[in-house]
Amino acid sequence: MLDNSEGYVTEDGRKIGGVVMEMKNITLRFGGVVAIKDISFDIREGEIRAIIGPNGAGKSSMLNVISGFYVPQEGEVWFHGSKRPQMRPFEVAQQGIARTFQNIALFEGMSVLDNVMTGRLGYMKTNIFQQAWWKGKAEAEETENREAVEKIIDFLEIQHIRKTPVSRLPYGLKKRVELARALAAEPKLLLLDEPMAGMNVEEKEDMSRFILDVNDEFGTTIALIEHDMGVVMDLSDRVVVMDYGKKIGDGTPDEVRNNQEVIDAYLGVSHD
Amino acid sequence: MGRRERLAQTQSGAEGMHSLLALLHRNATQFGDAPAYREKEFGIWQCWTWTEAAKEIRAIALGFLELGVEKGDHIAVIGRNRPAHYWSMVAAQMVGAIPVPLYQDAVAEEMTYVMEHCGAKYVVCGDQEQVDKVIEIQEKVHQIKHILYTDKRGMRKYDHSQMNALEDIMAEGSAGHARFDAELDKRIAEVTYDDTCVMLYTSGTTGKPKGVVLSNRNVIESAKNSADFDHLTRNEDILSYLPMAWVGDFIFSIGQAYWCGFCVNCPESADTMMTDLREIGPTYFFAPPRVFETQLTNVMIRMEDAGKLKQRMFHHFMAHAKKVGGLLLDGKPVGFGDKLKYALGNLLVYGPLKDTLGYGRFRVGYTAGEAIGPEIFDFYRSLGINLKQLYGQTEATVFITVQPDGEVRADTVGVPAPDVELKIDDSGEIHYRSPGVFVEYYNNPDSTASTKDAEGWVATGDAGFIEESSGHLRIIDRAKDVGKMADGSMFAPKYVENKLKFYPDILEVVLFGNGKDRCVAFINIDLTAVGNWAERNNVAYASYQELAGHPRVLETIRGHVEAVNKSVAADEMLSGCQVHRFVVLHKELDADDGEMTRTRKVRRGFVEEKFHDIIAALYDGSGQVSTTTEVTYEDGRKGSISATLEIVDAPVVPVAQHKVAAE
Repeated sequence: MLDNSEGYVTEDGRKIGGVVMEMKNITLRFGGVVAIKDISFDIREGEIRAIIGPNGAGKSSMLNVISGFYVPQEGEVWFHGSKRPQMRPFEVAQQGIARTFQNIALFEGMSVLDNVMTGRLGYMKTNIFQQAWWKGKAEAEETENREAVEKIIDFLEIQHIRKTPVSRLPYGLKKRVELARALAAEPKLLLLDEPMAGMNVEEKEDMSRFILDVNDEFGTTIALIEHDMGVVMDLSDRVVVMDYGKKIGDGTPDEVRNNQEVIDAYLGVSHD
Repeated sequence: MGRRERLAQTQSGAEGMHSLLALLHRNATQFGDAPAYREKEFGIWQCWTWTEAAKEIRAIALGFLELGVEKGDHIAVIGRNRPAHYWSMVAAQMVGAIPVPLYQDAVAEEMTYVMEHCGAKYVVCGDQEQVDKVIEIQEKVHQIKHILYTDKRGMRKYDHSQMNALEDIMAEGSAGHARFDAELDKRIAEVTYDDTCVMLYTSGTTGKPKGVVLSNRNVIESAKNSADFDHLTRNEDILSYLPMAWVGDFIFSIGQAYWCGFCVNCPESADTMMTDLREIGPTYFFAPPRVFETQLTNVMIRMEDAGKLKQRMFHHFMAHAKKVGGLLLDGKPVGFGDKLKYALGNLLVYGPLKDTLGYGRFRVGYTAGEAIGPEIFDFYRSLGINLKQLYGQTEATVFITVQPDGEVRADTVGVPAPDVELKIDDSGEIHYRSPGVFVEYYNNPDSTASTKDAEGWVATGDAGFIEESSGHLRIIDRAKDVGKMADGSMFAPKYVENKLKFYPDILEVVLFGNGKDRCVAFINIDLTAVGNWAERNNVAYASYQELAGHPRVLETIRGHVEAVNKSVAADEMLSGCQVHRFVVLHKELDADDGEMTRTRKVRRGFVEEKFHDIIAALYDGSGQVSTTTEVTYEDGRKGSISATLEIVDAPVVPVAQHKVAAE
């Protein structure tokens, strides 16, 4: 099924398209430490792709390679059919990749609305003088972008905190605001770094629902890193499993769940 | 334009208006450009004029015809307060069907009974959550022909063979209007004054919910009388946020709104209600006591966090307001100096406070559904907010008694509303007769007969008496809740509970003692207030349960109980109702667990049975009790929590032996 380059259809009837991003033999080193060792996998259009693994497996490093923050020493990143040259993170963002962070990176003093508006930065074309003058172009531009942002605020059900400074919000809501900001960029590929970390069961359920809804409603391709195995297995279409910088499994949740190497990595192996 | 003129204008041509449809037509033709509905969506208040609303409603009605809705069919409406849901109810009437609004937070199991009882073939759902519930219900009842929904989110994957977005059937209906216009006009013309306007289910403090059938006559006469009573005009603004299944919301947001032609404002979501309230600044407002209690709690919490100067200013002027505010509102004489000081207070404290609360334009408002604590009531009135009480029932189309301006008191519920006759029977139960008296309980002639007699008198189930000096009605309690203590003195739980609930720390109280020698109580803490206190006093807690059981919290609550006992002891009739022992419960009483009705009234009998082990411990003198309680999560799953609760003894004031009445 996965060999079909035209994509596949999931159990719940969603159509998954062709390959959007392909990682080819990626190796990433920090001095003598090998964080990622010769890993290859692909992400298909419209799918939810998870990268899992125990602590220190290299998951976040992998996400940072995708987002252009780290440049691998070896290997190639292909995006939409062309090899990606070395890029700075903002150039990657311009290509349509948005992300959230493991340790929330919002502007604490700004309101939720303003934070989400920063996600629209790529769509603002007016210069500093036009914005200072405000009337006319800058105003029209803000109205237009505010509309897009309000749709996302409605979608993620955060209307009640629209004007609240982010610093006053509980952790679970901050995570949702981060997701809102990433969505505001209308990404083609959304990267989520441990979206469920530190949440209670209810918050996790909410977040899972939002991730599924985003994928379903906007057709956004999502790559996520997550610790919580239960969540990953329920959410994702395909899973990459990493351990000590190596890929030890790749496939549907069921395939991965029954993979002996994966079981060993998670439960440990007895040495008798 | 003066108020009187506006009033005249509002009601011109209102005579002979025998259905909501006729009123809608009048509003759309006489002041079609005036705002009829507003809803905040995407951060902006969207507005529909009466002309636009009439068009939308007709489109829905055409859609209903296209689906094949027959006269007399029931159409259930489940969702939050949104214009489209109100329109659906009126559109249902247009095609001769009967709208049945249901509580949206009811779980599927609860809803199955009413769905089956009314036999609804069509359901208008607010969102995916409600659709899921209805699909679950359909597996049991097999009667639903078509489901409609207003919010399209998440709905793409569903099987749409018997399901549509409301806007899609509106478009289809409008497209086929040439086919349906004649039929629709015929059905509109056939609606009479005595046809059913709406069917509302009582929340049911005991037993199964009953479907109360209200006719056009009931709704329109009640709306007319009450609007006249408070001089409501078409310039009012109301915020519609109370459950659509509650009779009050139907009368305010549809009955009175159509009669007067005023604007109905719908909040963005339940969570934004307070912000939306501020933005709209309603002129006419209604809320259950809970809303006012919550607001007061928030004000007090925020004042405690305020600077020293602000605190002193607040307390100084509030003390003054307490002295003269109520008198000024009632138009009673007040000294010039006091008036001047009140005006200054208004500038510095009352005005800004009212604005923050959203009551800057408040002209008249009601609290209903439950008795409000006198201290809370007086707080709002002293600020110059014309808050009044009314006493009503679904079966009366709300209004039984109302407080007229200038005669507002915390301890009565006012005089009979226009056209309402009142009588108290020998046992003290209140009976009434009015044009608003319901037609019948749907498919339940036995209950109808036992509630409404042949002459149209309805038994309320409440005990009360009419005060001779003023002619005002005073409610003692639910007739079945009022009992006798072992020594024969009166047991009236509501009275004591309301006194305790005045304290911001206390959210809910249930008093027990009927037939016993002393009273004991369950108490729920208010997490907002107590949580804030804990934060300021460095009290660490991990859960509601832990906070509720904290020794310092128990000590505070004990203090409140002691103060209330003192005040209860002063009342000769009720001095037996002092709280001897109490327990702070480990969970909030909740409608999902059946402990409260959807309108947040405690279901005493149920609570007594569910927590019988705790009650036993309260009476047998033990100092602790271990218990396990079943809880229901919002999605209907069940779980359980166990806890060991501290039982606290409260100081009581010794009461002199009751004087024996001379015979």
